[in-house]
Formats: sequence, structure tokens, C-alpha cells
Amino acid sequence: MVAFIIRRILIVIPTLLGVTIIVFLMLRITPGDPAELLLGERATPAALDAMREYLGLKEPLYVQYGMFIKRAVQLDLGETIWTREKVSKEIGQRFPATIELAVVAMFISCFFGILLGIISATKQYSWFDYVAMVTSLFGVSMPVFWLGLMLMLLFSLNLGWFPMSGRIGVETDLPIITNFFVLDAILARDGAALGDALMHLALPAMALSTIPLAIVSRMTRSSMLEVLRQDYIKTAKAKGLSQTKIVLKHALRNGLIPVVTVIGLQFGILMGGAILTETVFAWPGVGKWLFDGVVKRDYMVIQGGTLLVATTFVIVNLIVDVLYAVINPRISVK
Amino acid sequence: MIKKMIVVLALVTLGVVGAAFAQTPKKGGTLVFGRGGDSVGLDPAYETDGNSFMICDNVYEALVEYKDESTELEPLLATSWQISPDGLTYTFNLRKGVKFHDGTPFNADAVVFSLGRQMKDRKLKFFGKGWEIPKQDRPPEYWVSMEMDNTVDSIEAKDEYTVVFKLKRVEAPFLANLGMDFADIISPTAFMKDPAAFVRNPVGTGPYKFVNWVKDDRITLEAFKDYWDKDKGPYMDKVIFRAIPENAVRFLELKAGKIHICQFPNAADIPLAQKDPKLWVPTQPGMNIGYLGFNHKKEPWKSNRNLRRAIAHAINRKAIVDNIYQGMGQVAKNCIPPTMWGYNNDVPGYEYNVELAKKLLAEAGYPEGKGLPEITLWSMPVARPYNPEGLKVGVAMIGDLAKIGISARIVSYDWGTYLKRQRQQPEDMDLFQLGWTGDNGDPDNFFAVLFDGLASEAVRTQWHHEGYHKLMLDGKQTIDQAKRAEIYKKAQQLMFDEVPVIPIAHSTVMWPAVKAVKNFKLHPTGSVRLKSVWLEK
Repeated sequence: MVAFIIRRILIVIPTLLGVTIIVFLMLRITPGDPAELLLGERATPAALDAMREYLGLKEPLYVQYGMFIKRAVQLDLGETIWTREKVSKEIGQRFPATIELAVVAMFISCFFGILLGIISATKQYSWFDYVAMVTSLFGVSMPVFWLGLMLMLLFSLNLGWFPMSGRIGVETDLPIITNFFVLDAILARDGAALGDALMHLALPAMALSTIPLAIVSRMTRSSMLEVLRQDYIKTAKAKGLSQTKIVLKHALRNGLIPVVTVIGLQFGILMGGAILTETVFAWPGVGKWLFDGVVKRDYMVIQGGTLLVATTFVIVNLIVDVLYAVINPRISVK
Repeated sequence: MIKKMIVVLALVTLGVVGAAFAQTPKKGGTLVFGRGGDSVGLDPAYETDGNSFMICDNVYEALVEYKDESTELEPLLATSWQISPDGLTYTFNLRKGVKFHDGTPFNADAVVFSLGRQMKDRKLKFFGKGWEIPKQDRPPEYWVSMEMDNTVDSIEAKDEYTVVFKLKRVEAPFLANLGMDFADIISPTAFMKDPAAFVRNPVGTGPYKFVNWVKDDRITLEAFKDYWDKDKGPYMDKVIFRAIPENAVRFLELKAGKIHICQFPNAADIPLAQKDPKLWVPTQPGMNIGYLGFNHKKEPWKSNRNLRRAIAHAINRKAIVDNIYQGMGQVAKNCIPPTMWGYNNDVPGYEYNVELAKKLLAEAGYPEGKGLPEITLWSMPVARPYNPEGLKVGVAMIGDLAKIGISARIVSYDWGTYLKRQRQQPEDMDLFQLGWTGDNGDPDNFFAVLFDGLASEAVRTQWHHEGYHKLMLDGKQTIDQAKRAEIYKKAQQLMFDEVPVIPIAHSTVMWPAVKAVKNFKLHPTGSVRLKSVWLEK
């Protein structure tokens, strides 16, 4: 197992290098000039030249790439073109927000997704099955953008149950230590701030969870249906075991394998930052930051951000692979 | 009779006293300002975006400032100034008893430091010990684009409260430039403590001082207890600037009462705000111009004035303002907005007249458009302050041109590429949409920068006209504002006659607010001044 993990980590390195080369080259090839965008209509050739010099954009490509990699291995991702802040610091301020949102959204989608999937599978073609599947289809079809606005209108403006946007209320004074507001509130032993942070998480997490929920529930349903048809399930039934015991003790462990894969992929996607959700809910995460970087051609943000997303994805998938072996010891991790 | 007089007198007194009470600012409260994006940095010399300047407007002050709702200058950190007869020496007398937020005193050395650090060639003289100003680690955008290095020769602190600027050339807009954000005075002590961190920890003399900054979320300011102009503010305890990128959500937060002022709502939400009894809509004509330019490096645009004039009369600008600006704008007669001094109201403007346009087109040698190949109309893909939807405006214009027989097609690029290519005046560019937001309220900032092709190859409209060029030079070198106003009025008449560009519209800025926000006025320059704003409880 340990050997397997080490081998997988070693493969990560060329994967990530490949990502950086592709991103680096694509950025330099695509039209759009960060200096031009920084200066806008008032750019004069002299100002542009000074800006490009300052940004190091006049060096040959291989020099720029070499410098980037040399610093990246020391965990120095350079400074953003727009704010001149260290990219690693910008990420450190925003990634916790994305993680918090992703974790809560995944929790909602896993819990309800697996539950709905199991019930639908055991009660195939019942009204519950149809309702559950149609609802999840609805969730996956509605644009998150629109769904977010609808949630805000209903639960925030009209009912006043949840706050509309942002991570925490303006009146709440929370000392920021880890940038995980929920954690910081617990550390500060501030119950009111904890409640406020969780309330702010509610709507964006709900909106964000709809797509993974639909996918997880459908995956669980079809996987469970597959497993429930197996001979050993028939044997268990014949032996007189209760439905619950059959499903939860015997079927689920096998049924979950493909579901875990899907959950891993979805989680990786969410950790990359849900741009639309972050924009609509004014959630200061890496998704919007990376998107803004693309629009402004902030090469350092794009390079650092994509490296972050790629690394996260790779790590999540590694964990998923390890989980396979945990869930079903018969699957070896060779 | 006397009884009547007493009654009237009593009523008048009551009225006056009542009115005075109604206008007395109430202290306290926290204002939450909802804006579309976060600041980039808070060192005024190095920022270029409105969201950064918004904070600078309240944390820092400059030697002079623009009056409320106009671009006329008045004293701020300088109480008075003298300009030498040859226009090359400016002497400023500074305000005494002003403190920075860190408690250090404001004086001539702070002025020398704040502006001197931006100079390429630092010819500075401090009055006291002074500082060894570190080398700049980035170019100061506005100092460079306003060509201050070609203007300012030296800055000298004659004594603790007197600063002298010696100029290399006569530059009438120089004083107006000193009212811009880049000329804000910063605390040298705070800067020298940690130059790299200053951009995220601003220290100025303004009514509000910086508290903290949560990236992409909010910036918090609190009232500065030792502010020098206490009679005028600050009245609120705290101001929080929240970044809410989605326009519709920002407006919803305003309706829910969670924010007090909403920057840049969707145009469709303005009528909703106007109808809402809890809201009011501060309005201000923007100090900007959206125009349609010609590629003067190529024929027929370079020489055929009748053709340019034909197009000017063919475009239905009112329809564009009504439907695409959705009423948040006004048709432009000239290339500066009516709120600026020097505006020439006598210029008739190009009336929308299809028949006249057709006649002029024939006179230009292209009856019914025959002989003119399909032309390109460059349109920008992003919303700009002077043009909410470049592509839609482009489509509208193409429709107008088709009515007189000219066939045209839209060309667009991503914004950075658009700006880069337009400046190169490429062969495949015939007409282009562009615009400008004024920097310093000076007509030179529009007329010379945008249209004097003889001044530089980098000017975006490469119109080469000796008469216009001379007017621009005269405008820069004449100090007397009344005389300068006459020069720019002549320039506007000349532009009307020669049609180097077609002015389309000035946008109108409308930022709805809750009724509890009092004394909030939008400024033509776009600055957000909260000094004298107060909250009704």
C-alpha cells in the first residue's frame, strides 16, 4: 500500500509539469496582453514598455518558464500582475473559502445523493424513484447561476431565513486565523459567529450541491441496482436477512465503488472553485479569482491557479484510489 | 396688524429652526457600500482602477480637490497657491495642524516625499531631515501617462509649510492634475516602515482611516478622530466596502437593506429603484464620452469630409441612448460632457437626418453608397463606463448605415487585443468605437490626449490638423482659465466642422441608495466621497 502511494505521488510530478508547460505556452500564444489590459485606454507605448519590463514579459519564453518552475518548487508562485501580491498568499486567503464551500456542498450531495440513490434502487419504478430522479434531473439542468438567484429571492429576500451573499455578516467581528470561518469561530468560541458563518454557507452550498447530488444519486441508483441483482444478494435474502441488513452491510460496500469515483471527481471539480456560484454569492474563493485572472490575462494567477487545481485534483484522485482498497479489501492496489 | 406680524415672524423662525434641525447631520452608524469588485491596491500613486481609488478618496487627501459635483478646484491640504507669471513655478502654502492617521504631522516634507517618489529624476529638497526614498518597484501609472516627468523639474520644501514645484514647461492642466488620486499625500513614516506592505496598509490624512481588508470580500474603514476638518465630517463610525460581483445580487442586497448604496446596478433595475419608497437614486452625468472614430491613416476617411459628415447625420444617437444605454445617458454634441468648464453649447451637434446624410453621401462621391466597399466597424466586447454594450451599439449603427446605402460589418476582439490593435491603425479598421473617462476635469485631458494626432503617433485618433494642433498647444500654455475656455470652445467648433470623430453619448451614472443615506453626491470624476455623508437612523 505504501509503495503504491509513493509510486502514485511520483507520477504526479510529470503530470503537474505537463500541466504547467501547456498552460504557460497557451497563455503566451493566445492574444491579449496583460500590460495593455492593466493600462486600458490610457496606455501609451512608453507606459506599456515600462510595464512589460517591470513584469518580466520581455525575457525570452524559456527564461520566463525556467524562472517560474525554479520558484514553484520552492513553493513561490511569484506575484500577481494585477495586485503585486504573492500568488501563494492570494491562494492562502481564498482557498479556504472554496474548501469550506466544497466540503459542505459535497456533504449535502453525498448524504442526500446516496440516500436517494439507495431508496430509489430498492424501490425501483416506484413513485419515489420517479420523483427523486426527476428532481435530480431538474437540479442538474438548471443553471447554477439562475438557481442561486432563485434561492436568494425565496429564502433571503422573501422569507428572510438565510443571508443573501458573502461569507459572514458585516456586524460579526471574527478574528481571522485560518481563513476557515467555521473553524475560526470554533477557535474563538464564538457561537454567534459560528451560526452566522454556517447560515452564510447554506444557500451557496445548496446551489452548488445540486449537480453533484444529481450525479451521485443516479450513480448510486444504477450501481446499487447492479449489485442487488447479484447472486450473493439472492443468497442473503434466501438466508432470511432483513432488507436493511442486506442493503447496508452487503450491497452498499460493492455498490459504492463507482460512486466513490464519481464523488472524487466531483469533489475535485468543486475544489477547483465553482466560478458561477462564487460570483453569484459574492463568495471570495479561488474560482472567481482564477476566472478574473484569465479575463485580465494575469499570467501568474493563471499559472499558479491551474497548478493548484491540478494538484488538488491529483491528490483527491489518489485518495479515491486508496479508498477503493479500504472499502473493498479484495481490490488490490497494485 | 402687529399680532399678524408676530405670528408670521414666529412661523418663519420655526420654519428656519426646523429646517436647520432637519439638516443637522446625525453621528454614528456603519455605512455598507456595495460595489462590483475589490480594490487592486491602496497606494494611490500606483493604482488605476476605480475600486482602488474609491478607498483612496476617503483615506487620503491631496493639495487641492475638485468642488462638489464639478471639476473646479478648491484648496484642501494647500490653503493657497501662487503661480509665477511665466507659469513655471508653483508655490503652495500648506495647511497647519493636520495629522496623518499614524499621528505623524502633515508638512512640506510629506508632499515632497509623496510626489517626489514618483519622479524618474528625483530633484528634491526636504526641509527637515527628509528620507532616503527607496527606488520604485513599479511604474507609477498616472504620473507616467499624465507625462509628469516631462513637466515637473524639481520639488522643494522651502519651509515646513511651503512647497515649490518648478516646471520644465508651461502646463496649464498641472494644477488640475494635483487634484487627482495619484497626487494624494501619504505618510512618509508609514511608508518607510515597510514600503512593500504600504499598498495594503494605507495611511493618509483623510476623514476615514483604514482598518482591514479581506480580499475579494470587504474593506473596513473607521472615522479618524483627529481629522482636521471636523465641521464637515466624518459623521459615521465605520464604512465597509463590500465586493458583490453580480449586479442583480448587489441590487437585491440593497432592497433587503443589507447595503446602503449600490454601485452600477443593471439598467433594468433603475426603474425599480425609482419606484421603491425606501430608495432614492443619486444621479450624475459621467465625465466621459463614447465616440465613433475614423481611421485617419486610410482613405476615404482621411480626406473625404463629406463622407464623414454623411455618417454623422446617419447615426440615430437618441435611439442608441434610449434603447441601449436604457436612458442612462445623454446624446453628445461635443467630446467633453456639459458639466466641464469650456463646454461650447453653441455647437449645433449633428442632427439625425437620413435625407441630409444621403445628400452628403452623394456629394462625397458615393451616391446611395455605390463605389464604397463594405467597411468594418470595430466594437468593443466589454462594458465600459462610457458605453454599456459596444456590440449592440455597433449593430444599431450598422442598421443606420444600411439605411443610407453603406454596408458595414462588426469587427471585435477581446478587450486587450482591441486596444492594442486599434492603436496601430490597421488597414482593416475603418470605423471604431471607443471612449474616455476624464482624469482631471481639464478639457486638455480629452481634446489633446484623444484627438491631436500631430502630438504623437500613439494618439488613438490620428487626425492631423495644424489648426487644431496649435489650439491644443495654446491651451496647454495659457494659464488663465477664461482664455483657455475660449481656446477649447474654438476647438469644439472646429471639430464640429471637420468631423474627425462622431461624439455619440455621455453616460449618466445612477447608483441607488437607501433613503437613510444623507448628503451623498456622486462626483463627475467618479470619486466616492463619504466625508460629509451621514446616516438617518
